[in-house]
Amino acid sequence: MATFKNADGKPILLKMVKGIQDNKAYLGEVDGLIGDGDHGMNMNKGFSVFEERFKDETFTFTEGLDELGTILLNEIGGSMGPIYGTILMDMAEAGEDLEEIGVAELAKMLEAGLAGLCEIVDAKVGDKTLVDTLSPSVDVLKAAAEGGKDFKAALEEMKEAAAKGRDSTKDMVAKFGRSSRLGERSRGVLDAGATSCCIILTAMADGITELL
Amino acid sequence: MQRILNNPDNIVDEMLKGFLKAHSDIVEATENPRVVKAKNIPEGKVGVITGGGSGHKPAFVGYCGKNLCDAVAVGEICSSPTAAAFLDAAKVADQGKGVACLYGNYSGDNMNVKMAVKQAKKAGITVKTVVANDDVASAPKTEREKRRGVAGEVLMWKVGGAKAAKGGDLDEVIAAAQKAIDNTRSVGIGLSPCTLPAVGHPNFEIKDGTMEVGIGHHGEPGIEVCELESAEKMAKRMVDVVVPDYPFEAGDEVVVLVSGLGATPVMELYVLYDEIDKLLTEKGIKTHKAYVGNYFTSLEMMGATLTIMKLDDELKELIDMPAESMGLKQF
Repeated sequence: MATFKNADGKPILLKMVKGIQDNKAYLGEVDGLIGDGDHGMNMNKGFSVFEERFKDETFTFTEGLDELGTILLNEIGGSMGPIYGTILMDMAEAGEDLEEIGVAELAKMLEAGLAGLCEIVDAKVGDKTLVDTLSPSVDVLKAAAEGGKDFKAALEEMKEAAAKGRDSTKDMVAKFGRSSRLGERSRGVLDAGATSCCIILTAMADGITELL
Repeated sequence: MQRILNNPDNIVDEMLKGFLKAHSDIVEATENPRVVKAKNIPEGKVGVITGGGSGHKPAFVGYCGKNLCDAVAVGEICSSPTAAAFLDAAKVADQGKGVACLYGNYSGDNMNVKMAVKQAKKAGITVKTVVANDDVASAPKTEREKRRGVAGEVLMWKVGGAKAAKGGDLDEVIAAAQKAIDNTRSVGIGLSPCTLPAVGHPNFEIKDGTMEVGIGHHGEPGIEVCELESAEKMAKRMVDVVVPDYPFEAGDEVVVLVSGLGATPVMELYVLYDEIDKLLTEKGIKTHKAYVGNYFTSLEMMGATLTIMKLDDELKELIDMPAESMGLKQF
């Protein structure tokens, strides 16, 4: 199939939750190298609050994104609350009227999330942030939509782009966030936000693939 | 990990419950469980608020009280409060005269405050901000806007809170708080790492027998790791970083604040203070007032911070004004 039903999206969200829960300790370690080590803990807390509150509820893909984003923004705080809150809520807003979501629709939603993020932070590709994961993922999906590529193949490409983007942060010097205070000393370590963004996008792609 | 805990994930909520009970004469709960307000806020004044991550006691809730902050937003450990908490703090503190939000320069706090200011505007509340950036070691002087806020925030709250209590309007409160932080420089030395209770082990290392000069309140690496030194030499290092940066000069009258980072015995802070005072006296810098104790900590990190603020007549009057909160009592 080339699309999935927005109404069937609950398992995608639960997969994203599991992705974060399974990587709580890993994200803490990555963050601890040049950040303050709380990334895994706070992400896990926010995603788990969502799971606890909505696991027995019925919700669509976009409703789930909106609820998860709202919890991160209003209940978690830190840097990641406003960052992921904005991405997820703006993705949801861009897709809320859709019944069927295909590669073009998902590309638009993710692009809206990235655009929302860029309104609150000045980070660009190359600054060692989650933009390095998110931006190439958006590009790949947009190109796939324009090229009329199969959804499953496009999602695989997006996962590769996200992983490549995440890995690219290793050799960068941080320009934003707490790690930016370290200058050259931030080189050689992955960015925690780029890492969690890759986990979320990968889980989302896997969840969607199972519905196709 | 030798800590006093129930479920580490709930530590902030449980800490707040105890804090509100213990200091019920000074503070009270609000509808938002992550916003604490001062009791008996005088009518008709400009609101003064702050907020920040937990684990820095007495900061930030410890500076909620008389002639200090009217409301404080509380975040997770080492993590900014939500935009909603900053907004609710502004709502609680607003009396139609506007609100001064005086906070520290961290990316999370900057984003959440920015969103809260926008939402407050929609709700008809004017919020203006001062962002503390007193930590000399966190960026070169040419990039002062990148520096973190540390213990100098206490002096910023003292000055801003006093100005509002004296009836200053919003612009006057903001100007006084801005002047306070512009006149303030800090540096920290860390002797041991700290552990987030839910993580269970330290996320950075300071080897026994060494110390880190310029360390941040969340263990952000400093400018130099060296062998552990005597209090006399530590004081010299700190003074040599802080004094030339402003620069503080002979004839200046200053406030000196020496804060422990959490696990250093307070008696050692006085040993350090004595050495700092000798150096400042030698330089002809006159200490008008000194604060020594645990004013802005970093969980159970060992070490101390030195903060110096240059006074003028206005700042002196505001610093000398009485204040009452858990973290600062001055009569």
